[in-house]
Amino acid sequence: MKTFKYIATLVVLLCISLAARAQDIPAEATDVPVEEQPAASTQEGELDMNEYIFGHIGDAYDWHITTIKGKPVVIHLPVIVRSKTSGWHVFSSRHIEEGETYEGFRIAREGEKHEGKLVEVMPDGSLVKPLDISITKNVFALFINSLLLVWLVLGCSRWYRNHDVLREAPKGIVGVMEMMVMMVYNDIIKDAIGKDADRYAPYLLTAFFFIFINNLMGIVPFFPGGANITGNIAITLFLAVCTFLAVNLFGNKHYWKEILWPDVPVFLKAFPLMPIIEIIGMFTKPFSLMVRLFANIMAGHIMLLGVVAVVFLTAQMGAALNGGLTIIAVLFGVFMDVLELLVAFLQAYVFTMLSSVFIGLSRQHPEE
Amino acid sequence: MSLVTPDFGLLFWMTVIFAIVFFLLAKFGFPMITGMVNKRSDYIGKSLADAREAQRQLQDLAGQQEKLIDETRREQSRILAEAASARDEIIANAREKAQSEASEMMSAARKNIEAEKESAMRDVRREVADLSVAIAEKLVRRELSEDNKQAELIDTLIDEVKSNQ
Repeated sequence: MKTFKYIATLVVLLCISLAARAQDIPAEATDVPVEEQPAASTQEGELDMNEYIFGHIGDAYDWHITTIKGKPVVIHLPVIVRSKTSGWHVFSSRHIEEGETYEGFRIAREGEKHEGKLVEVMPDGSLVKPLDISITKNVFALFINSLLLVWLVLGCSRWYRNHDVLREAPKGIVGVMEMMVMMVYNDIIKDAIGKDADRYAPYLLTAFFFIFINNLMGIVPFFPGGANITGNIAITLFLAVCTFLAVNLFGNKHYWKEILWPDVPVFLKAFPLMPIIEIIGMFTKPFSLMVRLFANIMAGHIMLLGVVAVVFLTAQMGAALNGGLTIIAVLFGVFMDVLELLVAFLQAYVFTMLSSVFIGLSRQHPEE
Repeated sequence: MSLVTPDFGLLFWMTVIFAIVFFLLAKFGFPMITGMVNKRSDYIGKSLADAREAQRQLQDLAGQQEKLIDETRREQSRILAEAASARDEIIANAREKAQSEASEMMSAARKNIEAEKESAMRDVRREVADLSVAIAEKLVRRELSEDNKQAELIDTLIDEVKSNQ
């Protein structure tokens, strides 16, 4: 009975989340004509799929939360740019919200170079991309999620500091965190790395929880969540580089021997075929980590958005068709959300596991 | 495609944020958690081993107890047997002693009786002798009134004595 209650609550929450997503869409749709888009081929009131999907999974200079009675609810974020000619500029994104130029900067329009990014309009009319470290939607979401993560983990470790671990076991959220931490630590890190595990565990655990929490927050459709962080290539690039450094900076003699002088017939390494392949492999491993996480999360977001979009795309096709497809879309959306929950965990798990395996390979001691 | 080109600003902030998060978690977060949980699991393992050891000792103790009881029972029966044999010995000794004493007493009594009998016989004999002498006196007195008779008697008496010797 209790289980049923939980499931029912979950379903209701998911429906609400879908409804919230759905609420976003007319807002976007009505936004479309307001943003004077030169290439806007869509009619008023009709959904621009391109804008809708890439608006959700891409980055932005402000955080558009929802639209209530035609008024958009937006968090304006600071824009921080450095122009080669006029130095540093810091201003609110409110000033450039609707494509206007502020202090010589504006967002590049569709069809222009650096589309969607902030550009400096030069006196001769050309557009130059400045050094741009603005707090964008993704950066802001990253701040929120990182704070959440630090709060969770440090709160958990504080419990251990304040309790006698030999007398009691944690309950509630600390218990869940302990279970997950120990699962990653014992099943992934220790299994893959062995006796050096404690040296790499902090990085791998941080990577796991960082990815996991950002994945989860990406599924949450309203404000603190909804940003597509782990589905952004810059984020996964950074994580992959971290793993690359962890593997190659601390690789032992045996690892480098395996790359530069592997145990293969001499003619395969004298003409350095195998070393070349191995060196390429050094880079393809983190590259595959980067692309896997990025593509999985982004694809999940696009799928979910696509399923929800069915409701609005069919709005003009008659009540019966729209109604029927809405029910199907909602059911399929529930399925997709649950699937994304699984993927959120799975991708964090896979990233951590593969990183551990790569690190473990670089720390082998075959003579033992 | 901006989707697959990493944005510099985001990369920059990601580096900063991840470095801070990593520093905080690696210094104050995860080692604490894994260390404490490992400590607890070690403690649980040790407790289990201790419990097993204690149980083993308990079993040993029970065995020892059993052995002790067995030994005591054996000792008890040994002591009982010893006591019984000692008792039998004492009784036998006493009986022997009593018997020898009794026989000693009997022999002493017999000797006494013998002696008494002897002295009684002597008394009787003396009495009889006295009596016979007295009788003989009387008789002789009466007989010796006649001379020949006196001589006759003397002769017989002398004969008698002679034959007696």
